[in-house]
Amino acid sequence: MKLITAIIREVQLDKVREALIEADIKRITVSRVSGHGQQRIEEMYRGQIIVPDLIPKIKIEIAVNDAFVDITVDTILRAARTNENGSVGDGKIFISPLEECIRIRTGERGGTAI
Amino acid sequence: MKKRWKRILLSLTFLFVGFTGLYASDGVKIDTGATAWMLTSTALVLLMVPGLAMFYGGLVRSKNVLGTIMHSFVAMGIISVIWVIVGYSMSFGKNVLGGWFGWNPDYFFLKGIDTKVMDAGIPEYVFSMFQGKFAIITPALIAGAFAERVSFKAYCFFIAIWSILVYNPLCHWVWASDGFLFNLGARGAIDFAGGTVVHISAGVSGLVAAIYLGSRRGYPYQVIRPNNLVITMLGAGLLWVGWFGFNAGSSVSSGLSTAQALTATQAAAASGALAWVIIESFHQGKATALGFASGILAGLVAVTPAAGVVQPYGAMTLGIAASIICYMAIQVKNKLGYDDSLDAFGIHGVGGISGALLLTFFIRPSWMQEAVAAKGVWTIWNQLAVQALAVGIAISYAAIMTFIIIVVLNKFVKFKATEDDEMAGLDRAYHGERGYGMLNPS
Repeated sequence: MKLITAIIREVQLDKVREALIEADIKRITVSRVSGHGQQRIEEMYRGQIIVPDLIPKIKIEIAVNDAFVDITVDTILRAARTNENGSVGDGKIFISPLEECIRIRTGERGGTAI
Repeated sequence: MKKRWKRILLSLTFLFVGFTGLYASDGVKIDTGATAWMLTSTALVLLMVPGLAMFYGGLVRSKNVLGTIMHSFVAMGIISVIWVIVGYSMSFGKNVLGGWFGWNPDYFFLKGIDTKVMDAGIPEYVFSMFQGKFAIITPALIAGAFAERVSFKAYCFFIAIWSILVYNPLCHWVWASDGFLFNLGARGAIDFAGGTVVHISAGVSGLVAAIYLGSRRGYPYQVIRPNNLVITMLGAGLLWVGWFGFNAGSSVSSGLSTAQALTATQAAAASGALAWVIIESFHQGKATALGFASGILAGLVAVTPAAGVVQPYGAMTLGIAASIICYMAIQVKNKLGYDDSLDAFGIHGVGGISGALLLTFFIRPSWMQEAVAAKGVWTIWNQLAVQALAVGIAISYAAIMTFIIIVVLNKFVKFKATEDDEMAGLDRAYHGERGYGMLNPS
């Protein structure tokens, strides 16, 4: 089992969601986060350009069985990339090993609980 | 006192057509009581615009909250300017072009009314500003029908053109002394504070625009959930408060007719709200906050044309009837699947039509007696025919003109937001700002 964590642009959330649902990956957790990577964005308040230190992003977390890692990652890559070749600020995907998964309702453990 | 109200309104509208003998310079005294109330009403009606901004703003997704609020706010800018330049003249000037709209050179830039006092005893500036607020809120109401999916630039052009070609002529027909709906039947089509002019025209135009532009991405399969019902409820509250200026101010006096309109307004709003939550409790099992707010609006919209002619029991019946009919209209909308995002047609269009027609059955007897005196024979069925004709004219005119405006405008400025802009949200795409910074550490 793996935990896939993707940090993506806020504006790409709809696209990524739709692509994941199409790929039959429907169990996800989404949160608003702020962070700092290579990207620099500009917002405008009262005619002044402001460059925020921390840029709002969306974090998607998906726990998957090993067989689904590739399709999940490919789907996110395809949907979260802006332009043909992608651009700075499109985000990152982290994959980490997942030790255990327990369904609270039944108490069942492991791959079937995902 | 109905007679007095009628006389005031008539003489007041005679002023518009240029009987200069009645002006202040010739000794009409300012009625400070009436003027004070009209000033207050003017401010109250303006308060409805930020109220509407909050009401609509809370109902959209968080990425569109500022864009939606701006739809109301930018109307305060654009329409105010247009109103001062030509709007007041087109609405309350003398018939031109066969009565299509009015015109009076004195009202162009309001330059000729600097020292005028109307026969009702209020400075004409006050009346023109009061009417200007109605012109502002009407196009802002339309925005609810196509929320979350239009380009800001195209919206600005749209409301400017719509105000000139749809609102001003309708306002002239219904409220100017030589408007043809004002003179229909025995005592005119009854539209006390804007059932046809404001709510039916905005609702129907919204419906046409919503169908023409198509639905939002993912509608209706993706759930599109309100981002903040708290500001929606505050907005509904402000609308209710502001509506006292809207209805009671439309008496253009400070007296009995004002009190009648005020009471009818309160009774209709309250009974509409209660009716909605009761229906909803039986139908869905929960009494929702948004349902209560929708009931308030349905009741207020329905009593708007009626406030001057119905007594409290009539107003309460109108409020309840409007909630029932609007509730059903929204169920039908869900079945038909067109995307009237925030139910501009479902509440304002349907509620306005119900109110304008049903009010006929609750007209206070003194009004009918005067109608009989004026015409000889005049029954409620005669009046119902007049109301139906006025409603039919408002619906067809608003629908046809809105369709033409959108089709033509679309050739120059793309009305619907691009798919990317819609996904990114109006706030980011058109304003470069975020509504809720505090949701993220910054």
